[in-house]
Amino acid sequence: MNYFLTEEQQMIQELAAQIADEKIKPVALKYDEEGTFPWDIVKILANSDLFGVFVGEEYGGFGGGIFEMALVVEQLSRACGGIALAYAASGLGAYPIILFGTEEQKLKYLPPLASGEKLAAFGLTEANAGSDAAGIQTTAVLDGDEYVLNGTKQWITNGGEAEIYTVIACTNRLKGARGFSAFIVEKGTPGFSFGKKENKMGIRASVTSELVFEDCRIPKENLLSREGMGFIIAMKTLDKTRPGVASQALGIAQGALDEALKYSGERVQFGKTISSFQAVQHMLADMAIQVEAARSLVYQTCRFVDSGAKSFSKESAMSKVFASDTAMKVTTDAVQVMGGYGYMKEYPVEKMMRDAKITQIYEGTNQIQRNVIALEMIKEMKSGK
Amino acid sequence: MNIIVCVKQVPATNEVKMNKETNTIIREGIEAIINPFDTYAVEEGVRIKEKTEGKATVLSMGIPSVAELLKETIAVGIDDAVLLSDRAFAGADSLATSYALSMGIKHIGEYDLIICGKQAIDGDTAQVGPGLAEKLGIPHTTYVRKIEELRDGYIRCQRMTEDGYEVIEMPLPAVITVVKEINEPRLPSLKGKMRAKKTEVKVWTSDDIGADKAFCGLKGSPTQVVKTFVPVHDIQNEMIEGEPAEQAATLAKKLLSMQFAISIGEEN
Repeated sequence: MNYFLTEEQQMIQELAAQIADEKIKPVALKYDEEGTFPWDIVKILANSDLFGVFVGEEYGGFGGGIFEMALVVEQLSRACGGIALAYAASGLGAYPIILFGTEEQKLKYLPPLASGEKLAAFGLTEANAGSDAAGIQTTAVLDGDEYVLNGTKQWITNGGEAEIYTVIACTNRLKGARGFSAFIVEKGTPGFSFGKKENKMGIRASVTSELVFEDCRIPKENLLSREGMGFIIAMKTLDKTRPGVASQALGIAQGALDEALKYSGERVQFGKTISSFQAVQHMLADMAIQVEAARSLVYQTCRFVDSGAKSFSKESAMSKVFASDTAMKVTTDAVQVMGGYGYMKEYPVEKMMRDAKITQIYEGTNQIQRNVIALEMIKEMKSGK
Repeated sequence: MNIIVCVKQVPATNEVKMNKETNTIIREGIEAIINPFDTYAVEEGVRIKEKTEGKATVLSMGIPSVAELLKETIAVGIDDAVLLSDRAFAGADSLATSYALSMGIKHIGEYDLIICGKQAIDGDTAQVGPGLAEKLGIPHTTYVRKIEELRDGYIRCQRMTEDGYEVIEMPLPAVITVVKEINEPRLPSLKGKMRAKKTEVKVWTSDDIGADKAFCGLKGSPTQVVKTFVPVHDIQNEMIEGEPAEQAATLAKKLLSMQFAISIGEEN
């Protein structure tokens, strides 16, 4: 299929694919087993300039958008969804600054993120604030020229490894969702530490940690936008980057399909390769149809988001729901096609199945996404669009 | 420091097919890659260039399509690419290749160090690096696994041998051929790939570099490949048992009977 990528997008895709095949595939199982952070791969990605594809040229990037980021994430995820997440989560941490940062904040924080010298992370979720993000307990109180942060963020991807964190905290309890604000917090700030590192089912190469703030004082200038904008910043950021998660799911699904197809051409039963059996052929065909459909939706959504569209919550949610449900289905079927071997850790598809699951859960569960989609549809109908 | 890296296009396969009539390698219709050993030469050239803030140029001789391949070296940091391409160069053996490359290098101009891979995976001769140095009248060393020191007019490097390494000092300019132990070639960068896209590979003919056609290509190649074959190793083992003295006696008798040794003295 010709996806009509620009020359630059083709180069980005080609380079990410080369890194995935040559550098990530050989170590994917090792990182899954150990659950350690893939610094050596992050370094390769940095040297290849891939962290800069979605950052403006004036800040050391290549001036691309979410599509460029998604192309990278898709290719890396074919080889390992966990390692790809280390990359994607840095993008998620950078986007609040890209979208809402002042010129000073952008000039200070984006260049090292674009070069991959530093990683970013995004801190929204808390123990009691998941789908209901308005339940955030972390507080930020202005004291002179500084904000004082207190509270604990949970399940933060790249937590502990990243240098730059965008964190959502409550600045005015009385104002509900309008009482939240977004801040940039640098690693090493006194009072900012990292708690428990989680032991996860999948995406084990990606680190997930607690961020602990105990009277952590940050300069007033580290407030993003203005007080009360925290919830909007978080939602706009997630709307923008959700196709990134969709592309992670897409890549995992493609990787699983590739493995299943290859295996079906090698595995001999009843004197024939299993790819000659119609039962297997139909499964492979269905997997391919779903992957291709997911890709069309993800790419089209990325193009729509990058076109400068004002509102894309619905489209962004659709791409994430469809691609992640596809990834779950396709990876499960890949294990099925490969039978007992597919269930074993020597083959990569059982890992892909574990990795796929999270894409239905994070950056908004698929249930919450369906709420968003339906509410947007109803809103559009009422407004006569 | 000005570095010139010589690379060769080779077929991306271990099963090299030969033209039965000319006994030369069939290159048509097979995916071409840069000789893997040469990628280490490219990486070393780029590293030296980066360290010394110099210039690294890649040079090759081959059919016009090699130009596209040379762009891959630009993507990993090489500054400039030159391809010697001319019908007159066709059918060159290692001597004629060394000559053509030496003329190309003279045409490029100033250089401090020339780096080649230890050998090509198709011909496996390992002759072009040293041949090039002879044609240019400069020193060379082969199988370099590490450059210990490099400064104006001087290089000290480790030359890999079967049981260790030798330390070689040479004045510059010089030629080195490198082994894969010397570094780990980097992947391209996005900036590099974009630069590669825009870069125009210089294509020079024999006339451009002032080469004497009598020394180029098939005409300039004294090597005649009469036959190529993979040697069959048929080794048989026999274990000799007994006490050391008995073993020695049995072995001596066997060698004598096979006329591999001569008997000295009458006793024992």
